[in-house]
Amino acid sequence: METSRRDFLKIGGLCALGLSSLEVGDAIAKSRAAKYLTNPDACTAKRWAMVIDVKKCWQAEKEECKDCILACDWAHNVPDIPVKRQEVKWLWNEKYENAFPDQDPALEPEEVKEKPFLVLCNHCTHAPCVRVCPTQATFKSADGITMMDMHRCIGCRYCMAACPYGARSFNWRDPRPYIKKINPAYPTRDRGVVEKCDFCVERLQNGKIPACVEACKQKALIFGDLDDPKSDVRKALDSRYSIRRKPELGTMPAVYYLI
Amino acid sequence: MLERALSGSATYKKLVGVLMILMGLGFAAYLTQWEHGLMITGMGRDVSWGLYISQFTFLVGVAASAVMVVLPYYIHDVKVFGRITVLGEFLAIASVIMCMLFIMADLGKPMRVLNVMLYPTPNSILFWDMTVLTGYLLLNVFIGWNVLEAERKGTHYPKWVKPLIYISIPWAVSIHTVTAFLICGLPGREFWLTAIMAARFLASAFCSGPALLILLSLIVKKYTKFDPGKEAINKLLTVVTYAMLISVFFVILEIFTAFYSNIPSHMETLKYMFVGVDGKTALVPFMWMFVILAVAGVALLLHPNIRKNEKILIAACCCVFFSMYLDKGVGLIIGGFIPNMFGQIHQYAPTIPELMITIGIWSTGFFILTILYKIAVSVKEEVQG
Repeated sequence: METSRRDFLKIGGLCALGLSSLEVGDAIAKSRAAKYLTNPDACTAKRWAMVIDVKKCWQAEKEECKDCILACDWAHNVPDIPVKRQEVKWLWNEKYENAFPDQDPALEPEEVKEKPFLVLCNHCTHAPCVRVCPTQATFKSADGITMMDMHRCIGCRYCMAACPYGARSFNWRDPRPYIKKINPAYPTRDRGVVEKCDFCVERLQNGKIPACVEACKQKALIFGDLDDPKSDVRKALDSRYSIRRKPELGTMPAVYYLI
Repeated sequence: MLERALSGSATYKKLVGVLMILMGLGFAAYLTQWEHGLMITGMGRDVSWGLYISQFTFLVGVAASAVMVVLPYYIHDVKVFGRITVLGEFLAIASVIMCMLFIMADLGKPMRVLNVMLYPTPNSILFWDMTVLTGYLLLNVFIGWNVLEAERKGTHYPKWVKPLIYISIPWAVSIHTVTAFLICGLPGREFWLTAIMAARFLASAFCSGPALLILLSLIVKKYTKFDPGKEAINKLLTVVTYAMLISVFFVILEIFTAFYSNIPSHMETLKYMFVGVDGKTALVPFMWMFVILAVAGVALLLHPNIRKNEKILIAACCCVFFSMYLDKGVGLIIGGFIPNMFGQIHQYAPTIPELMITIGIWSTGFFILTILYKIAVSVKEEVQG
C-alpha cells in the first residue's frame, strides 16, 4: 500500500495528539497530589456571617462615623475615584429606601428613613455572581465566603449584572493613582477587573477578625460562624429581630441587620 | 475563490475604501480604550453593560435569522431560496464576527479571554454563548464556502456538508436562545426576568434579519448582474410579516403583565423607558421612535401593494429593521440596568470613542459582508454566464 502525503500527515497528527494527551494525564495526576497547609492560628468557621446592629451604629459618638469604612479602604487599598459612576466600593452607607428598595418605605420612624445602613457583599449561599462567572474567577470558599480571583477575571462584568445588591465594583481605570496611602500587606488591583468585599479572608487566615469589625468602637458589627449555635452572631440573631436584603430572591445573604 | 474580491467596479472599490476608513477610525478609538481602559466609555457601576453588549445582543439575532432561508430551502425544498441561501449564510458569518468583536471590545481584560476555555464553566451562560457562537461561525463558514464552491464547479456539494446543514438549523435557534438566557435568569433584574425573553428574541430576530436580507438582495440586484429573484424576496417578506406581528404582540404582552399586576419592580424600567422617571428621560425618544417605526412597519407590511411596489417594500423593511434595532439594540439591555439595584435612576450615554468603536465594528462586519457577497455574486454571475 502506498502512503500518500495526506495519509502521512493524518497519521502524524494523530500521533501528536496521542503524545500530548499523555502530558495532560500527567498534569492531572500531579495536581491531585498537591496539598496546602493551613495556618494553625487561622480563624475557622463552617459559615461566616455578619450581623449589623444598626441601632448601635447610629449611636456612634461623632456624627457620621466612618471608622469601619476607612479601616476597610485602608486594609484593601480601595481607591478613591473622583468620577461617581466609576467608584470602587467595598463597604459603604446607603439610605434605608436604597438598601431595602422592596420594603416600600412609607411610614417608618424618621430615624430609620434618614440614618445610614451599611452595605457590603452579602456572601450569599446561592450567589448569582458565582453562578454566572464564565471563568470561576468568583467562587465560594468552603467557609461560605464569596471569593474573587482578580488574576483570572476577564472583566466581562456578568457578575455585576447578576448581583442583586450592587456590591461589585469594576476597575474602569487604573486604581493605583487614587489610593491615598498604599497598604503593602494587600495587593493593589489592575484596571479591567471586578472586585468586592472578601470578608477579610486574608486576615481570617492569620487569626484576625475583619478590619471593619475590629475598627467599630460601638461594637455594632458582629462577625462569626452562623452554623455554631454558641457563636456571637447566633446569639445576636436569637435575641433580636433581624432582616436581610432582598431575601425573596433566594440568594440567602450572610449579612443580617438587627432592627 | 477569494481572488474575486480583489477586482471590481469603481463603486465596489469606493464602498470598500469607505468601510476601511471607518474601520481605521474605530481601531484608533480602540487603541485609546486599550491605553486607558473602559473608563473612556459611558458605562459605570450602575449601567455596567452599554452599547457594546446591546449591539452584540441585536446582532446575534441577525446571525440566527439565516435559518429563515436555510430551513425552508433544505427541509421544505423551497427552491426559490436556493439562490439566496448563501447570502443568508454569509450575513450570518459577518454578524457572528461582529458579535465576537463587540464582546472583545467590552472585556476589561481582553487578553485573558481564553480563560473561558481554560476553565470551562458549564453553569455560566456566557460560557455556553461563546461555545454556540464559535460553533455557529464555523458551521456557516464550512457550509457557505463548500456550497458556493460546488456551485462554481457545477457539481453537488460534498456529502459531509449535508449533516452540517441539518445541525446548523437548531444551532441557529440555540445561539439566540442562549443569548436570551444570558439576561433572563438574573435575580433582581425584573425587567429581564421574563419567560418569553427567548421567544421574543427569536421573533425579533426573524423579522429584523430577513428584512436586512431583503434590503441586501435588492442592493445586489441593483448593482450586479445577479438577480436573487422576486419570488424569494416575496417568500422572505411573508416571514418578516409574521415575525414582526409576533414581535409587536410580545412587547404588548410584556407591558400588560407589568402594568396589570401593578408590581413596582416590573413597571419601573418600562416607565423609565417610555415616559421617564424624575425628569430622567434619556431613552424616551428612542423608545417612541421604536413605537412609531414598529407601527409604520406593520402598516406597510400589510399594505396590499407591497409585493408590486418596491418603494413600499424598502420602506417596510427599513422600518422593521430599525424599530427592532431600537428595541433590542438600544432599549432592552440598557433599560435592564435602570433603575439600579438600589432603586435609583442613573442614566447612561455612550461617549464619542465608544460610538467610534461601535461604528468601527459595524464597518468591519459590513466590510466582511461586502467581500463575501462580492465573491458569491461573482460566482453566481459566472455560472449564469
